[in-house]
Amino acid sequence: MATPMVLAESVYKCFGRLEVLRGINLSVAPREVLCIVGPSGSGKSTFLRCINHLEKIDGGRLSVDGELVGYRQRGDKIYELPDREVCRKRAEIGMVFQRFNLFPHMTALENIMEAPLRVKGEAQKAVEERGRALLKRVGLADKVDVYPNHLSGGQQQRVAIARALAMQPKLMLFDEPTSALDPELVGEVLDVMRGLAQDGMTMVVVTHEMGFAREVGDSLVFMDGGVIVESGSPREVLSNPQHERTRSFLSKVL
Amino acid sequence: MSTGSDAISDPTFPAAQRPDAIKAIPVRHPWRWVAAVVVLAFAAAVIYTFATAPGLQWSVVGQFLFYPEILRGILVTLELTAIAMVIGVVLGVILAVMRLSVNPIVSSVSWFYIWFFRGTPVLVQIFFWFNIGSILPYLHIGIPFTHLFWIGTTNKIITPLLAAILGLGLNEAAYMSEIVRAGIISVDTGQTEAAQALGMTRVLVMRRIVLPQAMRVIIPPTGNETISMLKTSSLAYIATVGELFFIQKEISNFNYDIIELAIVASIWYLAMTSVLTFGQYYLERYFARGASRLLPPTPLQRLRRLLFHFHDPPPVGPFEPPPIYEERLR
Repeated sequence: MATPMVLAESVYKCFGRLEVLRGINLSVAPREVLCIVGPSGSGKSTFLRCINHLEKIDGGRLSVDGELVGYRQRGDKIYELPDREVCRKRAEIGMVFQRFNLFPHMTALENIMEAPLRVKGEAQKAVEERGRALLKRVGLADKVDVYPNHLSGGQQQRVAIARALAMQPKLMLFDEPTSALDPELVGEVLDVMRGLAQDGMTMVVVTHEMGFAREVGDSLVFMDGGVIVESGSPREVLSNPQHERTRSFLSKVL
Repeated sequence: MSTGSDAISDPTFPAAQRPDAIKAIPVRHPWRWVAAVVVLAFAAAVIYTFATAPGLQWSVVGQFLFYPEILRGILVTLELTAIAMVIGVVLGVILAVMRLSVNPIVSSVSWFYIWFFRGTPVLVQIFFWFNIGSILPYLHIGIPFTHLFWIGTTNKIITPLLAAILGLGLNEAAYMSEIVRAGIISVDTGQTEAAQALGMTRVLVMRRIVLPQAMRVIIPPTGNETISMLKTSSLAYIATVGELFFIQKEISNFNYDIIELAIVASIWYLAMTSVLTFGQYYLERYFARGASRLLPPTPLQRLRRLLFHFHDPPPVGPFEPPPIYEERLR
């Protein structure tokens, strides 16, 4: 069996006295699309942020592509990774945020080129070419020199996806990518994500879009109160939930 | 259910043309006119009183306005302001970043610096540097545990100009660091997260993402500080630096035309701050790019609008009939 892209073993996380994650176990295979659903406050966004070490886990083990997140193991001892190493690993994981978080003082193309140029130190020309190609891929070839403020929410989110892809990540994390969008604009973002999944990108998607989860997801977990209540193939879980909590949640959102 | 053609023929709202703009007789505001006249009359009286003051010799003002010594003093004032502001901004950014550091020692040192330099008068600070030779006659700079060192007389190293620069610059840094810190805090944390998620290091995030956005908040008060510094630099006269205020005072000590020379200095200070105000506007426009959809008008554009287009209605584009949708319920 291939190394899982993401492997979580009883991952535990607390903010002060509040336990946000209480033993998460899951595994995401390469090229798999995992959707995480659940009510707000269930810890699903926190878990996503732990995967690229934006949050530090307090217990358990979490690894990406066979390597621990934020730590290095030598024998029985675990060493904290220095900042530089953490950054290097983050560069291999793309992340898309609910509120886009594009850099407002840079044009769409500059947003995309920033990290490949400054973090990876790639050549200007190659990066620019790739940036333009990515913008074309997300259907924004004509918005190259436009500042984020002049773009609609859907367009901004597509630029944000292109920005993450420019680093040529091996894993993409989506944190409720369509929750801040007008209903009319959700489709264009989901289309881009669907295309990514078809191209074989490994994706972990926190979402409320059950239609997307059913159609694109290879697996689905339902989280509540910091634990995974139910998991399985999206079709099974969504149409035949086993657990009472899952049933009551789905009856409200479907 | 009706068809679209009904909407066109609806006589109560013909969709094919734009209604005329409202032409109403405006409300009169007599009290606004009264207030304007009163204020103008008062201002005129004040100006007249001073302009025709019997002891005031305008010819002396004219005589010294472009006096070479005065012009040289202006250059020193500008030099002093520029160097002190550069020190203030650079040290201010460093102090602000230190203040926000996770290292408690580093952040408390920054806090202490600000507390000390903001809490003592700048005049005293200049005076301190100017007289430091009396307590430290020699300055040693050396590498510890070696015999390599350099020694010099304090009074030769800390010239009056350097004393003024140190006093003004170090004091300014304390104020600037608070301005910079406010700017850094104003940037959304999502920006830092997005940059970190792309693998950017802390330094890179600060330099490329946070500081450029903080500039929009930092620039206006910094312009204010620069204008303030231009005038505060006159305190350097206590260190006998030959800047504008010191020079005009030297001249009036000699000819006793105190007010006339004060007016000369004031005219130049006003001229210089006016130029700075103008420059600040364009700097703000530059850093507003991407932040707002429409750039604010330049002072010139504003003046033009005030003078020639004050009462113009806002511009309207050519009329395009709205699309007609089918009405489902009637």
